[in-house]
Amino acid sequence: MKETPLSNCERRFLLRAIEEKKRLDGRQTYDYRNIKISFGTDYGCCIVELGKTRVLGQVSCELVSPKLNRATEGILFFNLELSQMAAPAFEPGRQSDLLVKLNRLLERCLRNSKCIDTESLCVVAGEKVWQIRVDLHLLNHDGNIIDAASIAAIVALCHFRRPDVSVQGDEVTLYTLEERDPVPLSIHHMPICVSFAFFQQGTYLLVDPSEREERVMDGLLVIAMNKHREICTIQSSGGIMLLKDQVLRCSKIAGVKVVEITELIQKALENDHKVRKEGGKFGFAESMANQRITAFKMEKAPIDTSDVEEKAEEIISEAEPPSEVVSQPVLWTPGTAQIGEGIENSWGHLEDSEKEDEDEGGSDEAVILDGVKMDPGVEVSNIGSQARRALSVGFPRKGYCSGLPFPLSGNAPIVLSDSEEEEMIILEPDKNPKKIRTQTISATQVKAASKRPVKKRKKKRAAN
Amino acid sequence: MAEAAGVPAESPAGCRARAARTVLDQVVLPGEELLLPEQEDGEGPGGAGERPLRLNAAARSRGRVVCGPGLRRCGDRLLVTKCGRLRHKEPGSCSGGGVYWVDSQQKRYVPVKGDHVIGIVTAKSGDIFKVDVGGSEPASLSYLAFEGATKRNRPNVQVGDLIYGQFVVANKDMEPEMVCIDSCGRANGMGVIGQDGLLFKVTLGLIRKLLAPDCEILQEVGKLYPLEIVFGMNGRIWVKAKTIQQTLILANILEACEHMTTDQRKQIFSRLAES
Repeated sequence: MKETPLSNCERRFLLRAIEEKKRLDGRQTYDYRNIKISFGTDYGCCIVELGKTRVLGQVSCELVSPKLNRATEGILFFNLELSQMAAPAFEPGRQSDLLVKLNRLLERCLRNSKCIDTESLCVVAGEKVWQIRVDLHLLNHDGNIIDAASIAAIVALCHFRRPDVSVQGDEVTLYTLEERDPVPLSIHHMPICVSFAFFQQGTYLLVDPSEREERVMDGLLVIAMNKHREICTIQSSGGIMLLKDQVLRCSKIAGVKVVEITELIQKALENDHKVRKEGGKFGFAESMANQRITAFKMEKAPIDTSDVEEKAEEIISEAEPPSEVVSQPVLWTPGTAQIGEGIENSWGHLEDSEKEDEDEGGSDEAVILDGVKMDPGVEVSNIGSQARRALSVGFPRKGYCSGLPFPLSGNAPIVLSDSEEEEMIILEPDKNPKKIRTQTISATQVKAASKRPVKKRKKKRAAN
Repeated sequence: MAEAAGVPAESPAGCRARAARTVLDQVVLPGEELLLPEQEDGEGPGGAGERPLRLNAAARSRGRVVCGPGLRRCGDRLLVTKCGRLRHKEPGSCSGGGVYWVDSQQKRYVPVKGDHVIGIVTAKSGDIFKVDVGGSEPASLSYLAFEGATKRNRPNVQVGDLIYGQFVVANKDMEPEMVCIDSCGRANGMGVIGQDGLLFKVTLGLIRKLLAPDCEILQEVGKLYPLEIVFGMNGRIWVKAKTIQQTLILANILEACEHMTTDQRKQIFSRLAES
C-alpha cells in the first residue's frame, strides 16, 4: 500500500508547533516516550515498546566453525526486519533503503563497539565456536525505530543464556538445559542509540522523534553511547550542516539519556531474574494488563445465593463418600510400592477375602464419626471440613486391593504378600477409627489413624 | 450468547434465526439470521402461516424495512455481515418500516456513496485531481466540481491541500469519484479546507458518535474555545483554534474521547475550563 501523503497543513502545523517548542503528544524537547520492556518465557526473547513503536528481539546460538582469519573468536549476526504489520507502507519489496540503513547502523553500534566478548564464545580454537544470532522484528512503527531496535538488541543479549560447555583435553561436552544451568553471555557494556531530529536547517532539534515528526524533519543525527560516556557510533543523515557545538550538545544530552535508559534496562533484567528465581510467573502473557478498557473485560453478574444451604445439604446427602486413602506406602510385592490413592490394583487377586470383608464394611465406616459431631444444619462457611467428614458416612468406595491387615502405626512401609496360602487375620477394630484422607491430614485424624489397623478391601470400580 | 426469547425457526442452513426486535442493542455476529416482525407472526405459535387476528389492524406498519450497514438481505430475512450491536430506528413519517443496522467499529475506511470525507490531494493531472481518502484507491475529483468553477476559472488547489467533498460514485468495481458541490451546484461547506489547523485520524465509530445529532462532546468542546472543526467520515478530523496549544489540546481530547467514560470526560473538561 502506498503511504498516506502528508498534507501541507499538517506540515505547516508541525513546523510551527516545533518553533513554539510544542510537540503533538505534549512532550518536552528532550523527553523520551515511555519505554516498556517485557520478557518472554525463553531466555533471550524480549519486546521493547518506545511509546507505540514495538520491537521484538530474539537471540539464539549455534555451534559452528569459526571464520578462517578469526579462529578464536565467536561469530555475531544481527538482523532487523521491518514486518508488514508495522506500517502499511512496508511491503516485501519496497523497504530496501530504510532497511539497509537501519541494519548497517545497528551492526556498527553493536559489533564495532565490541560490547560482547567474542573470545569467550570460543569452544575449541579453530574448530568450534558459538554463533550468536540476534533477530529483531519491528512490530509497530511510530517513529524512532533505531532507538527501539538498539534497546531490544542489547536487552535480548543481556537476557540470553547459552548452554554450558566444558572442554577436557580432546573431549568437549555440551550440557543440555536440564543437566546444567545455561550461562549468560559476557557483555562488557551496553551501547544504546539516541536519535536527534533537526528542523529548519538545524535550528530546532527534538529527541526521540515520533512518526509525524520524522516526516517533516530535515535531518537525523544518531549517537550510540554507553553509560561510561563512550561514543560507539555517530551518524548524521539527511545532509544537514551541523555546527560543532550542536554536535557536542547532542552528545551531552545523549549521555544523560543513555544513563537513564541503562538504569531502566538493569531494573527490568533484575525483576525478571527475581521472578524466575522465585518460581513466579513470567513471560509475555503475564505482562499484559488485565484491567484496561481495551482488554477483554467481563462484567460481574449478580448471583442468587439464597438457597445455597439447601442445595449444599442435598448434595452432601446424596453424595458418596470419598475413597479411602492411605498416607504410608503399601508394599505389594518386593519391588513395588504404592502410596496414597490409586487405580485398581492388578498385582494380587484375592477373591476369597473379598466376600468376607464386605460385610464388615458397613460397621467399620459407621464408627468413624464418633469423635466428630455433625450438625444437621451445616454452615456454609464450614462446609469444606465438615462435609468431608460427613461424606465418610455410609459405604465408602475402596480403590485398591489387599487382603491383609496392615498396621498404620509408625512409618514403616506396609508389606503385603499376595500369597493365597496365608491365613487372613482380622484384628479387632479399635474405638477410635482412623479413616484418613491424604488431602486433609489434620492433627486429629492422624492421631486416630495410628491406632486402628484395618483391612484393605478390594472393590471393583466397575461395580460403582 | 443469551438465548433469544423469540421463537426460533429453522432455516435451510440449519441455524436458528431470531427475531430482530428481540436482539436490539445486543451484540450480533456475522452469519446470524434475523427475522423481521412480519415473518415472526407467520411462524408463531399459531403456526402454519396463519396470521392472528388483530383488533387494531392499523397498528402494524407494513412498509419497507431498510437494511443498513452490516446487514444484508438473504431471502426474506436479514443476514448479519459485521459484528456489533443491532440498532433500529423507527420511521419518522409512517412510510417504511424503519431502518435496521449494525453499529460496528473499525479504522479502515471503505468509500460509500454520499459520504462526506476529507481527502488529501496527491496529484494534479490535466482535468482531474487525485485525492487520497484512506481507501484502497485514490478518488478522482474533477476541477469543474467546485462552486463557481469554469474552464477559464480554475479552482486554486495544490498538491497536498485538504479537500472536503462527497462521493458520487463509490462501489467496489470502479474508482471512487468525489465532488465538492451538492446537487444544486452550491458548495455547502465543501471545497478546499484552510491552510492552518491540524489533521488527525480516529476510528470510524468515534466519528459517527461525534456526528450524532445530540452529541454532548461537541457541545462541551464548543464551550471551551472558539474553534473550526471538520469531520470526515473516513476517520479524519481537521481542527483549528486560535493558538497552537489550544489546537493540540482539542486534538488530544477528541482522540482520547474514544476510551473515556462520561465522568472522566466531564472532569477533564471542567479542569480545562478552569485553567
